[in-house]
Amino acid sequence: MKVLLGIGGEDGALDRAIEEAARIGDDLTVAVVDSPEGDAATEELERYVRDLVASVGVGAQIRRVPGHGGSRLVEMAEQEGFDRLVLDGGARSPLGKVEIDEIAEFVLLNSRTSVTIVR
Amino acid sequence: MSPGRERPYPDEPAERFERPPISFTDADGRPVELYAYEGRREGTDSRDRSPPSGPSPESDGAFAPEDAFAALVAMYVDFDPADRAQGIPPPGEERIREWLDRILGGGQDVIAVVDGRAVGHATLVPDGKGAAELAIFVLHTHQGAGIGSRLIAALLGQGQQEGVERVWLTVERWNGVAIALYHKVGFETCGTDSFEIEMSIRLS
Repeated sequence: MKVLLGIGGEDGALDRAIEEAARIGDDLTVAVVDSPEGDAATEELERYVRDLVASVGVGAQIRRVPGHGGSRLVEMAEQEGFDRLVLDGGARSPLGKVEIDEIAEFVLLNSRTSVTIVR
Repeated sequence: MSPGRERPYPDEPAERFERPPISFTDADGRPVELYAYEGRREGTDSRDRSPPSGPSPESDGAFAPEDAFAALVAMYVDFDPADRAQGIPPPGEERIREWLDRILGGGQDVIAVVDGRAVGHATLVPDGKGAAELAIFVLHTHQGAGIGSRLIAALLGQGQQEGVERVWLTVERWNGVAIALYHKVGFETCGTDSFEIEMSIRLS
């Protein structure tokens, strides 16, 4: 299965999301979308993701995907024939409330590709 | 909330709220006590509590810390799954204990007690950015009797007493009852662009 893992921040449980995405599919692409904190943060995030993918030990193509995160992921999944879109859903508030960010909301509401939120 | 955005707060501080201990009778005629949670002391026997430090006779009736933790666990085990919000309280006693261990003691907590049982809990948890996140839970058997409004006001009073200046919360868009309660006590909506509505209040 061809899987697209979308990453726009490192608040959640990225290592688990990478492991789960690799478990679901045998052909994994990791898309690093623009961080809301700016270009420097996005570059930092991409470095972090590259290191993390290497340390988790899964094979994946890692791509930077500029623009509106949610819509770019939905578009990319459809145009390139991905079977599943995977997002990290591990972010929690100080109180422990689950946080659904703008990327996840957009993808859930607009994606025609099935979506997996990793907890 | 988007990480790049500062959360807005009302310019004017809220009223002064009464802080616990508070006793009242709810709309269904039940006597309710509101206590501040004073921390969990492992190994302390509830029957062997220290004498009250101040002259106030009310503090003698305070819920012992050991009782309070166990009472909160029992309340959340009984919690109606339909009343869960954004993943809390978590399901199952073990996860409930882990969650309570993480949030209790770091901020302010107020417990509503009826007949020796916890029926409500309101909490302020520091967010690491100088403000605190608020949540409130009332057991389904005791909802609709005015306990929530008294409980949240008492928690904000406790927060004022402890020097908390800014408080925020998130609430699901469809939860009109909760949103009305937060408005009534002085919260203002500060964000509607994320999955949940965000509200905030300035305490001082």
